[in-house]
Amino acid sequence: MATLVTAVIRPHSLDAVKESLKAAGVTGMTITEVKGFGRQGGHTEVYRGAEYTVDLLPKIKLEAIVADGDVAAAVEAISTAAATGKIGDGKVWTLPVGSLLRIRTGEQGEEAV
Amino acid sequence: MRRKLLTGLGLVPLGVIALAAPAMAQDGEGVVTADSVQAILDNIWVLVAAILVIFMQAGFALVEAGLTRAKSVANIMMKNMMDFCVGVIAFACVGFAFAFGTGNDFIGTNGWFIGSDIAENYLSGTTLGLPTFFIFQVAFAATAATIVSGAMAERTKFLSYIIYSLLITAIVYPVVVHWTWGGGWLSQLDTPYIDFAGSGIVHMTGGVASIVGAAFLGPRIGKYGKDGKPRAIPGHSIPFAIVGVFILLIGWFGFNPGSWLAADATVVPAVAVTTVIAGAAGALSAMVFTWIKQGKPDVGMAGNGLLAGLVGVTAGTAHVNNWGACIIGLLAGVIVVLSVYFFDRVRIDDPVGAVSVHGICGAFGAICVGLFATTNGSPLGEDSIDGLFYGGGADQLVTQLIGVVSIAAFVAVCMVIVFAGLKYTIGLRVSPTEEIEGLDVHEHGSAGYGADIGHIGDDVLVGALADSEGS
Repeated sequence: MATLVTAVIRPHSLDAVKESLKAAGVTGMTITEVKGFGRQGGHTEVYRGAEYTVDLLPKIKLEAIVADGDVAAAVEAISTAAATGKIGDGKVWTLPVGSLLRIRTGEQGEEAV
Repeated sequence: MRRKLLTGLGLVPLGVIALAAPAMAQDGEGVVTADSVQAILDNIWVLVAAILVIFMQAGFALVEAGLTRAKSVANIMMKNMMDFCVGVIAFACVGFAFAFGTGNDFIGTNGWFIGSDIAENYLSGTTLGLPTFFIFQVAFAATAATIVSGAMAERTKFLSYIIYSLLITAIVYPVVVHWTWGGGWLSQLDTPYIDFAGSGIVHMTGGVASIVGAAFLGPRIGKYGKDGKPRAIPGHSIPFAIVGVFILLIGWFGFNPGSWLAADATVVPAVAVTTVIAGAAGALSAMVFTWIKQGKPDVGMAGNGLLAGLVGVTAGTAHVNNWGACIIGLLAGVIVVLSVYFFDRVRIDDPVGAVSVHGICGAFGAICVGLFATTNGSPLGEDSIDGLFYGGGADQLVTQLIGVVSIAAFVAVCMVIVFAGLKYTIGLRVSPTEEIEGLDVHEHGSAGYGADIGHIGDDVLVGALADSEGS
């Protein structure tokens, strides 16, 4: 039926990822400003002479529900647009969607994607 | 302020003699004289300067809010609003009289409730009306009071802060003013104490009160790690802090040039120049110093440096020339950064640097008059004096040191009594729970930055939408 594609990416990659997903036929998405860390770890900042570690860095979490047939294209679109080759580019993962309903029309399943 | 000192010394500038008459200028109905126009200009300018000084309250509010955390932002705004309002009433009732009433060398004892005694005695021979003079002075009193709110930010009981505000503007600051601008003992020394706009009288008074307050409170929870090292607690808005610095800079053009207490075409603009030079120099040296010391130019510290330069030049702003102002500013910018590091290390937690900016640089500025004052190119020219660096000997420097030490000691003793009294009665500090969750909700009922959702029931919103579409 449908699949939830979730990605955590760099904030400044969002525009490129969004355009890339639209080009791949994805019609909607939800993004959240989040903080987190992976292998990148954090970095140190200095405030009034005192150093401190910022290990949770700002990231964007993007969620899009796509038809099963479009999953490979969507993942490819995200990973291409978000890649800089440096540590901290983020991750993409997918999960099957149990049920799906468009609230306004009452459409269900793949029709509601 | 300087004018009164000059009058007391018998060194009356020509301008003052000319200005002594304008109160009578209205004798000839409708006759406009140079003196009557001068009197109007003096009053209007000092009134505008007073308004600029009151605007500094907005600067203090933004600097302090910006350099502290979002969870207590309503509390710090409230403190800035209320120390001003409490201060106005307290100073009007008794503070103004303690400061400028006739009495003894220590304290004034008449002129209560903005009484006419002050107009008849202190202001006789000047062009200023009592209302003009009161507005200007009350703005200064509120400045001394509000300096402390930043140093005691994020952990002080609101009620205790209100009581402190009342006491400093009603008694402590007015006594310091009486000793100096009010004609008291520091102005009667053989070499009178010079503090043109109040590095020592206003800023150091607030700064010393800040040291005592922050020491009695103790550091914020989390300020020191288990290893005892100071930790960074970043403020929530650098834009707030720096806009606040700019507002304070603008206010300072009322604070320093307005302290000539008259409108003229020479002293007032020249004082504005020494003021802006010192502020700019302070910001530059603080920036360069942190760049070298921390590896990057620190934005908040550069803001502190700008204010440190302004505080530093405030005492000598009419007595030093532009070069002197520049050197004072450069030194103050470095001193303030070192002072912030120092107080962090001795566990006096001052989130915004008020102790360093106003206390340390206030004392430094007052002392600088004894070093950098000069008759050569300063705004007052020949009416200035020569300090140690200009061949005038050490007499003025000694007087400045006496002034700084006696004012600091008096304020410190008073504030120990005030803060110890509060600590052991109603309490000075909020509970750890309240401090960790933020003072906004616990002290004032709601958060400074509230969410836009969840306040109004969904049924109301949905109903309103349905109504608007149905119509």
